[in-house]
Amino acid sequence: MSAKEFVLYIEDLTVSFDGFKAIDNLNLYVDKNELRVIIGPNGAGKTTLLDLICGKTKASKGSIKFKDQELTKRAEHHIVRSGVGRKFQTPSIYENLSVFQNLEVSFPSGRSVLGALGFKCTHEVKARVQAVAEEIGLADKLELEAGLLSHGQKQWLEIGMLLMQEPELLMLDEPIAGMSAKERELTADLLKRICKGRSMIVIEHDMDFVKQIASKVTVMHQGKILAEGTMDDVQSNPQVIDVYLGH
Amino acid sequence: MNKFTSWVMQQKLGSLVLLTLLLAVVFPLTMDIFRLNLVGKYLTYAFVAVGLVMLWGHAGILSLGQGVFFGLGGYCMAMFLKLEASDPESTKIQSTPGIPDFMDWNQLTELPLFWLPFKSLPLTLLAVVLVPMALAFIISYAMFKRRVGGVYFAIITQAVALILTVLIIGQQGYTGGVNGITDLKTLLGWDIRTDSAKYVLYYVCVALLIGSVLLCRWVQSSKLGTLLLAMRDKEDRVRFSGYDVAMFKVFAFCLAAMLSAIGGAMFTLQVGFMSPSFVGIVPSIEMVIYAAVGGRLSLIGSIYGALLVNFGKTYFSESAPDLWLFLMAALFIGVTMAFPDGLAGLWEQKIKPWWQRKQQERKDIRARVAAAHAAYPEPLPRKEGGNALGQMPGGISGQQA
Repeated sequence: MSAKEFVLYIEDLTVSFDGFKAIDNLNLYVDKNELRVIIGPNGAGKTTLLDLICGKTKASKGSIKFKDQELTKRAEHHIVRSGVGRKFQTPSIYENLSVFQNLEVSFPSGRSVLGALGFKCTHEVKARVQAVAEEIGLADKLELEAGLLSHGQKQWLEIGMLLMQEPELLMLDEPIAGMSAKERELTADLLKRICKGRSMIVIEHDMDFVKQIASKVTVMHQGKILAEGTMDDVQSNPQVIDVYLGH
Repeated sequence: MNKFTSWVMQQKLGSLVLLTLLLAVVFPLTMDIFRLNLVGKYLTYAFVAVGLVMLWGHAGILSLGQGVFFGLGGYCMAMFLKLEASDPESTKIQSTPGIPDFMDWNQLTELPLFWLPFKSLPLTLLAVVLVPMALAFIISYAMFKRRVGGVYFAIITQAVALILTVLIIGQQGYTGGVNGITDLKTLLGWDIRTDSAKYVLYYVCVALLIGSVLLCRWVQSSKLGTLLLAMRDKEDRVRFSGYDVAMFKVFAFCLAAMLSAIGGAMFTLQVGFMSPSFVGIVPSIEMVIYAAVGGRLSLIGSIYGALLVNFGKTYFSESAPDLWLFLMAALFIGVTMAFPDGLAGLWEQKIKPWWQRKQQERKDIRARVAAAHAAYPEPLPRKEGGNALGQMPGGISGQQA
């Protein structure tokens, strides 16, 4: 390890599906409290990378270290409990439950079967739900059934559900997909607010949005890292231009 | 009383109180003991249906093998009763007195080891609950940890039901074979075949059933209940919120198994025998139908479903012996086609809104009448005594409450 404190430390990571290497010998380091954006054309392996980190897909080779803990062999829920939160590409919320319940269920206690049976919605939980709901702008919709929210609100709700867990590493897969211009702006503000005190990995296609939030950008292509640096560096990189325009 | 009513309303226990009244007061008062005993038998299936509401409706796991647990519970109880009925005195004509008759017929000369715990009632009662739960745990842990779910899980439960039936029938000497365990007489010396015993057992059954519903309500209202719903909706989101999804499914499966087993034990006590015909595939599927007809999302609805389907079965088979299977099929298909959420869904989505609309209309009319009265502040001349009808002008008829 270098002098800098890495939160996430990925080395030689490879995963192959029937011989096709979706991630190919990838190295990636994410600093503490860094907001990293990953971009890349379709099929570059961005979502697969998140799947690997959160344990949804098992790596064929290589290591993923989160705060010096090896993640590749651990079960999904243990990875989450160690402090990794992940938002899915399509809003993944419990449509039949109220907004309040969605957030309450995500509160990180009572996670075992017996714990969940004995879980009490204490003052602390309620306060936390209220705080998170205000953060994501849904404080006036707590009693609403989540299925009735608009697409953008659903995305925020899922981010809120992750915030309930206070993850140290938050991974968002295309958080602004399908959002209106106004919603994008609000989301950018939200991300800037919540990235304080935690590391974040965001996958995004929208370049304007990336420019708004990112300090450091990683470009992926065919399971490998093509370039890394500030947005301007990356955009002037001939290889990146080739990948984006040449196909 | 008012306090009680408001508490009931607050806890949404109205339907449960109604059901309790029906089962504990109306049925015993209106039926003879033969019919009441039949209802008691139906109610033992209701335990399974309630379990299925938790498992299938609430957690989204369809099991087509609940008969396994119903049967295991029933067999545990039957083994105890059989041992009590096979005391050396009443089995002295056997070549080995003191063991169940079917063992003697199958040339067994000694009580098998696994029968020994069933000499004690406390151990038996424990076994009624724990044996099915242990099996449920093994099956579901193995399946859910490997992420087997949906149709595949349903098929495996079917296979388990088949395997257990074959095992019971095949091991005649140990299990009584296809006849099952029959000739059950007493429970700790108390004759369970008398009318008074049947009344007592009926009430025990009702009490346990209401208790089970309350237990399930409590589970539903806990965070675990919310999580089960959440899992049914977005399993991955629950998993990536730090929960071990498999263990929650195992819990739901074990809970349903336990309820089924209690139902099975009550069946043995009330009906007086247990046989493999309550374990296999067909009874297991029938049990799912009770829940489907009653409403797989409603604990109370599923109890009505179990009662209704079984009443239907009895009624149709008595009144149309040739056609009854077709009539039953028509009932199932009709209900599931017309009301996907069963009778409870019909109540919640059609009858209740209709009733509320009616009430609202009545309220509106009353408000309008009141407004009209307010517009004419002069009080109408009050009739003093006498026959109001007599004072009506000609051509107008009056009504007296």
